[in-house]
Amino acid sequence: MLETFLQMFEYSFMLRAIIVGVLVALCSALLGVTLVLKRYSMIGDGLSHVGFGALCVALAMNIAPLAVSVPVVVIAAFLLLQISENSKIKGDAAIALISSTALAVGVIVTSMTTGINSDVNGYMFGSILAMSDADVVVSLILSVAVLVLYVVFYNKIFAVTFDESFARATGTKTKMYNTLVSLLTAITIVIGMRIMGAMLISSLVIFPALTSMRVCRSFKKVVITSAIVSVLCFFTGLFLSFAYSMPAGASVVAVNAVVFLIFSAVGIIKRKVS
Amino acid sequence: MSMISCDKVCMSYDKTKAVDNISFDVRKGDFLCIVGENGTGKSTLLKGILGLQKLNSGTITFSGIRAGEIGYLPQRTVVQKDFPASVWEVVLSGRQTKGFRLFYTPEDKRVARENIALMGIEEIKNKPFNELSGGQQQRVLLARALCATQKLILLDEPTTGLDPFVTAELYSLIAHLNRKHGVTVIMVTHDIKNSIEYATKILSMEHDGDFFGTILEYMKTPAAKRIFGGDMNA
Repeated sequence: MLETFLQMFEYSFMLRAIIVGVLVALCSALLGVTLVLKRYSMIGDGLSHVGFGALCVALAMNIAPLAVSVPVVVIAAFLLLQISENSKIKGDAAIALISSTALAVGVIVTSMTTGINSDVNGYMFGSILAMSDADVVVSLILSVAVLVLYVVFYNKIFAVTFDESFARATGTKTKMYNTLVSLLTAITIVIGMRIMGAMLISSLVIFPALTSMRVCRSFKKVVITSAIVSVLCFFTGLFLSFAYSMPAGASVVAVNAVVFLIFSAVGIIKRKVS
Repeated sequence: MSMISCDKVCMSYDKTKAVDNISFDVRKGDFLCIVGENGTGKSTLLKGILGLQKLNSGTITFSGIRAGEIGYLPQRTVVQKDFPASVWEVVLSGRQTKGFRLFYTPEDKRVARENIALMGIEEIKNKPFNELSGGQQQRVLLARALCATQKLILLDEPTTGLDPFVTAELYSLIAHLNRKHGVTVIMVTHDIKNSIEYATKILSMEHDGDFFGTILEYMKTPAAKRIFGGDMNA
């Protein structure tokens, strides 16, 4: 077992996947707490489908995947936020509209050009081989930016998440912070979906927050626990994927699901005892 | 000297007229209760004062007070029901209004502790907010509002869902803030009986006409007579 574990670090593609994956797991866990609490859980799912569409187009046009998908998904995030705030179409319905449209575009473009090949399969369910050196550098910069911004604005993000009308009434520019959160989410999703897959990346946003909320009762504890849970689950999932040749994204989700169940049980016991 | 004066304010809610030509003023140290039936635009007016919603016409002028110097106690939201946050975190977040901070300063923490003591909620400081009773939650939110300012607080139906005993407690606590600490209070409420006991001024928004004035003047209005009976002239 230990041997397999150490072997994991000998492959450069694994190292790249570990570096990017751990950073994405960290970012998505932090943002996930806010998204879940604000009832925006599905935003991650919607954005990843938009990302899938963008990747398919990039593949067909032979352009670097991140160069296309980052701007497209960021724009989609802005649109989703605007729609859910202003229009008659409710947030969850708006997400469903945009995500299925993007998925449709992706599938049409793919079938007209390359067909469903292993690249497209990788976009949908993730591929551990997806990261090039250039991708790692871009991912590193973006993840660090997400982390720094989150830490700097942590107190504001708490205030806006807990009570938007109070924050707005007392002079906080809530719209700016909502935009910041969706921008950071968009970036995190695009980076993460290469490894996790468009269909599975949203679990990285939702699971850690919900898991830690089973047990923790303060915002700070929830945020910190989510981050730790997320990174450990990612790492475990990736190791299992390596050791037993399972798909990486799916393994990470499975580990997250197991940990969620464990935390739920602990939460129930904890409440019974106290 | 008026702290806030509203002059012929008109506002709409979902494209229908909600606030129609309302004028009133609030002086320092006032305790104004805005009463009226559902759908008479009380909460919309409050949003206008807070700058959360635009006015269709009319003006609201502030003097001696800036935006961000208004403590607000909104109606509790569905998000807060399962929100993991400790009382301490909630109260401290009131200090966000003092501008950007990476960390809360010792001064922020001192003010938060002071207001927690003032609200008598020291022993639940580390408890999760969503596990408190309704009355305790309102005290926590009141402490947060006081962290934002000691000048003026706006409360939007703070006693909704509270039992009569807890309601009375909350009223006397707010009255204490008003009288002993000089906090100006504007409160939207359904509870006319408690309002006339604690408030200094009433703004009554009814479908058949509005009224603004002191408690004594209010008791002479047809609306008050309808509620309290004709012979009761305060």
